[in-house]
Amino acid sequence: MKSNNEKTLIVDATDQAAGNGLMNRRFFLNSALATTATLATGKAAFAQEAVGEGQEDWTLYPGSDALEYGELSRFEAGRVKKLVGGLAGGRTATSAGRTPLHQLMGTITPSGLHFEVTHHGIPDINPDQHQLVMHGMVKQPLKWGIENLENYPTITREYFMECSGNGRLLYYEPLSPKMTLDATHGLVSGSQWTGVKLSTLLDECGLEDGAKWIIAEGADSGSLSRSIPIDKALDDTMIAIYQNGERIRPGQGYPMRLLNPGFEGNTSVKWLRSLYVTDRPVMSRFETSKYTDKMPDGKAMQFSLELDVKSVITRPTNALSLQKHGLYEITGLAWSGRGKIARVEVSADGGKTWADAVLEGPIHSKMMTRFRIPWMWNGDPAVLQSRAIDEAGRVQPSREQLFKGRGRQAYYHYHAIHSWAVETDGTINHVYA
Amino acid sequence: MYMRKILILFCLTFAFTAAQAQQPRFGEPASKEDIDKRFFSVFPDGEFLPDGQGTPAEGAVLFEEQCELCHGTPGEKGIADVLFGGHGTIGTPQSLATIGSYWPYPTTVFNYIRRAMPYVAPMSLTNSEYYSITAYLLHENGIIGENDVINKDTLPKMEMPNKDGFVNAYPEVPDDYKTKFDE
Repeated sequence: MKSNNEKTLIVDATDQAAGNGLMNRRFFLNSALATTATLATGKAAFAQEAVGEGQEDWTLYPGSDALEYGELSRFEAGRVKKLVGGLAGGRTATSAGRTPLHQLMGTITPSGLHFEVTHHGIPDINPDQHQLVMHGMVKQPLKWGIENLENYPTITREYFMECSGNGRLLYYEPLSPKMTLDATHGLVSGSQWTGVKLSTLLDECGLEDGAKWIIAEGADSGSLSRSIPIDKALDDTMIAIYQNGERIRPGQGYPMRLLNPGFEGNTSVKWLRSLYVTDRPVMSRFETSKYTDKMPDGKAMQFSLELDVKSVITRPTNALSLQKHGLYEITGLAWSGRGKIARVEVSADGGKTWADAVLEGPIHSKMMTRFRIPWMWNGDPAVLQSRAIDEAGRVQPSREQLFKGRGRQAYYHYHAIHSWAVETDGTINHVYA
Repeated sequence: MYMRKILILFCLTFAFTAAQAQQPRFGEPASKEDIDKRFFSVFPDGEFLPDGQGTPAEGAVLFEEQCELCHGTPGEKGIADVLFGGHGTIGTPQSLATIGSYWPYPTTVFNYIRRAMPYVAPMSLTNSEYYSITAYLLHENGIIGENDVINKDTLPKMEMPNKDGFVNAYPEVPDDYKTKFDE
């Protein structure tokens, strides 16, 4: 047994996929047999006493009854969203809760940890008094309550949602090496959404010729509004009623929200109550003074709706430090507003050499994909990076490449490669590399 | 007999296919009241601007009462967005995006404050009061004169300094910018 176990730590040159310890992505599979064998050893001998002697209390006493709504273990306190702004703090009207990506696994974000950004607070809507109207360039203006919407054949899809302001801190220098992932990347989450395709409702109203945009408005105290291109509306836009099997939560737009897969999150209007079909955009505040990207020549990009290809390593990050030399798994998330993730490369030497990571399937279009790759850390300094490529062939840029084109005033749509520096003592820092 | 069976089968198949093709229709007719309660948009060409009017002087009084606490006076910084100044700063490291320096359409100003402000009491003022506050903001940003009257006819004609400052990136980023975004 022991010899088998040791064997897994002997690094054959053929196992190496890139510099500074990155291993072939099948390395863990190869050593699985040895691990299994190790687990079978080390059983303690029982003395002549009660069978349960030495057991923990939770094994010796019956536990609590079932709960109406399950909770995390009390030992998991702290796995919560990072809150920024908000009226309660007397700071800004915009309130945000950021997903702790570095504390989560898989690709589905628990609904209660899905990021939220609200510009006018979270309304407390009685669904019996909420209706959605569709009007404008349609043959028959119609309205729906939640009970009517629920009668349609629903669709269920997995999609990421990202605020285009996700990563805006990274336009600035210097940034604290201890800036954690929720602060820099926590405005993205993944969910399984269930609802009705918008095209079904448009078809029922009957689109008139010349319809090009739909103005969506919410029932919050800012009546937030955005203009949605008709080709998107007829493609994959849906009106979501359920998130991860439950009714969507108030912070996600209860009782109904628009959902534009792959588009910047602000367009997926929450608390949706009006869809006005027209031939031009309304030029609302959130598509003129906000959510527009200032370019180096003084102009600003407007309706930069599709989110760019992006990835980030979620473990290890600066939220932990490496305690010993040896084998680690590097894992993270990749996503693109333009379709499926095709490939993720990982570097342990700051981008000098790259190795392909394993993509965990099934890979959904416009949904986060988890990647993994084994890494042997021998105590040398390392800079860990990931680089995503989507099916449209778009490659996640380096920071330098991003700034070369976009400058540093854009504020939105930051999607450059993120770097974690591992020091010789195992400390991990966020660095610009 | 055999032919009759075929015919019945054909009819059943046809009826089934027709039922399949029938889309569910659960929408109910929406009345003007249903729509008016839920729709607040105003377009840059002035469509849906309401009756009423206002002036910068009337707006100054309202601004002090309703807005100043969060937004501050011209030249001052409050907890909410700065609404004045910043002219000529867009694209520079000192970029300050305000109504005067950045917003491309005057109708957006009216539309936004009418639907969303004052922050703690949105929609609590009259259309004329919202026109007045809009007039004050435009005047303080040097866009209209102190005696100009703002209403549904005059507002869409006011020219914002940064009206040509935006480039539409959907569905395609214009060629001039393409290499920059596709880097």
